[in-house]
Amino acid sequence: MSVSTPPAEKPVPAASAHTSQTAGTRRDGRPRRGVKPSRILLVALLTIAALYFLLPVYWLVVASTKSSAGLFGTFGLWFSDPQWLDNLSKVFSYSDGIFWSWTFNSVLYAGVGGALATLLAGAAGYALAVYRFRGREAVFKAVLAGVLLPSTTLALPMYLLFSKAGLANTYWAVLIPSMVSPFGVYLCRIYAEAAVPAEMLEAARVDGAGEWRIFGTLVLRTMTPALVTVFLFQFVGIWNNYFLPLVMLSDDRKYPITLGLTTWQTAADRTPELYQLTVGGAFLSILPLAAAMLVLQRYWRSGLTQGSVKG
Amino acid sequence: MSTTTSRRTTSAPGGSRRSARPDRAAWGFLLPFVALFLFTFVLPLGYAVYQSLLTPVRSGPLGLGPATLGFAGLDNYALALQQSAFLESFARVLLFGLVQIPVMLLLSTALALALDTLSHRWAGILRAAYFLPYGVPGVIASILWGFLYVPGVSPIVDLLGKVGLAPDFLGYDNVLWSIANIVIWEFAGYNMLVIVAQLKAIPQELYEAARIDGASTWQTAVRIKLPLARPALVLTGVFSIIGTLQLFAEPLVIKPLTSTVTNSYTPNLSAYNEAFANNNIYLAAAESVILALVASVLSFGFLSLVNRKERRDAR
Repeated sequence: MSVSTPPAEKPVPAASAHTSQTAGTRRDGRPRRGVKPSRILLVALLTIAALYFLLPVYWLVVASTKSSAGLFGTFGLWFSDPQWLDNLSKVFSYSDGIFWSWTFNSVLYAGVGGALATLLAGAAGYALAVYRFRGREAVFKAVLAGVLLPSTTLALPMYLLFSKAGLANTYWAVLIPSMVSPFGVYLCRIYAEAAVPAEMLEAARVDGAGEWRIFGTLVLRTMTPALVTVFLFQFVGIWNNYFLPLVMLSDDRKYPITLGLTTWQTAADRTPELYQLTVGGAFLSILPLAAAMLVLQRYWRSGLTQGSVKG
Repeated sequence: MSTTTSRRTTSAPGGSRRSARPDRAAWGFLLPFVALFLFTFVLPLGYAVYQSLLTPVRSGPLGLGPATLGFAGLDNYALALQQSAFLESFARVLLFGLVQIPVMLLLSTALALALDTLSHRWAGILRAAYFLPYGVPGVIASILWGFLYVPGVSPIVDLLGKVGLAPDFLGYDNVLWSIANIVIWEFAGYNMLVIVAQLKAIPQELYEAARIDGASTWQTAVRIKLPLARPALVLTGVFSIIGTLQLFAEPLVIKPLTSTVTNSYTPNLSAYNEAFANNNIYLAAAESVILALVASVLSFGFLSLVNRKERRDAR
């Protein structure tokens, strides 16, 4: 029982210990911990930084409520004649609801690609961490080279190869490369080395469990924090990816949101209403990920800690 | 296949002989990843190298006959390296990286250290605010900032105009740094989070000891936190270098807004245009290979430089 408790829980108590410690320091009544001018300055600077990071998002929220005329004619940081629902429904209905297709595609690419990449990276990282076998170092070196090689330099050659294989302009053209995450393997290996105890594996083997069952039942659960981190990385990476679908896809019904919106943006010169649709679409497209960022950043952080301690 | 593997391992007496057939189980776990890795990394790279050595040869009178593929040797590479626009694109991203990466990492580190000294609730809200842009795709961020750069739409240009400034964010001298701003906006918060994660992993006893020794918050930050955050800084540094060389979406989105961003503004943009606008995939392949080479030399070089310094410091 105690064996299967993942050491992954460690960062959480560590973090809370930190909190109670800072709070304790304050309760010590040390005057230096009170509100000092330097502290006010610090908070002021941090607030300015927050304004910098939030300003474009705030502008987007305001702009998405405006009419096309208002977008160009009124002050960008304040509302004028909001017509939000009207705008957003136009985004969804334009061109036979192509925005729905883009949304569906983005979810498909990022969700399915991310999940499969996570599973494959988990298995590979676990194998590299736990087994001693010939070729282990070679595989790990190749993985590291994969981490250090910019993926976009590969997208073009990949397109040439995929079009030879008849895969270009199919869902597979984006899905297959999305399933591969060398950084995920790297992270999972480091995590598995620290978190999967040899005794647990021994015990399971004594109990007669096969290697695949051990992995499927025990290891995956132990590695959950690392797997969540890898999934988030991969999901965001695929969702935000632009170069790969741009190179691979020619049918705009297969586009993800990122690619679709740029087609609206570039066509806006000829069809000015598309400016408003681009703004509305951009607003809608960052909603799911922004929400996920806010909810998941805590979990993300504890997963990252594990990765970077040894890295 | 999986069942035979497991049965064989199970039948090993006592299970203590875990190394009975570890190769087979290990390769079973590795196989799916390795197969896809070969298909999406190794094979494309090999294919690119192969393509870069080819060139279409026209046959028949006046070269109007059907084109056949001929071996070009290193001609495509020579051609790529003779194009001043392609070389300039490398110079441009190197200059870009030399400025943008230090600025971003300094900002990220400063924010991480500052947040680390704040009380819990404030730090949480601010951290979320800084991290939010990471969830905005690069193209969307570029579309957004594009609107904020263009006079007539941009409230920033509006406001600066009211105080008598007329910044030309998209002008020849500024556009590279306007793009740098987009990249910093996107990734500063992400890098900050990596550094924060590292700081949280520092044993609390160290702070305890430092406080007893009478170290100020500033001294603790510079003397203890910064050196111990080093692995995170190295990690973010490597990823920034790789990211800089990949620069593509941001200039591509900004391009329609200004004439100063050309078709070969970055190496990636250059290769893309060679392949899809000029239809010369062989030259494009050569450019991709050159880019991949430069990227690995720089990232591996940075890593070995940092590691060597670390080993020297440890002595």
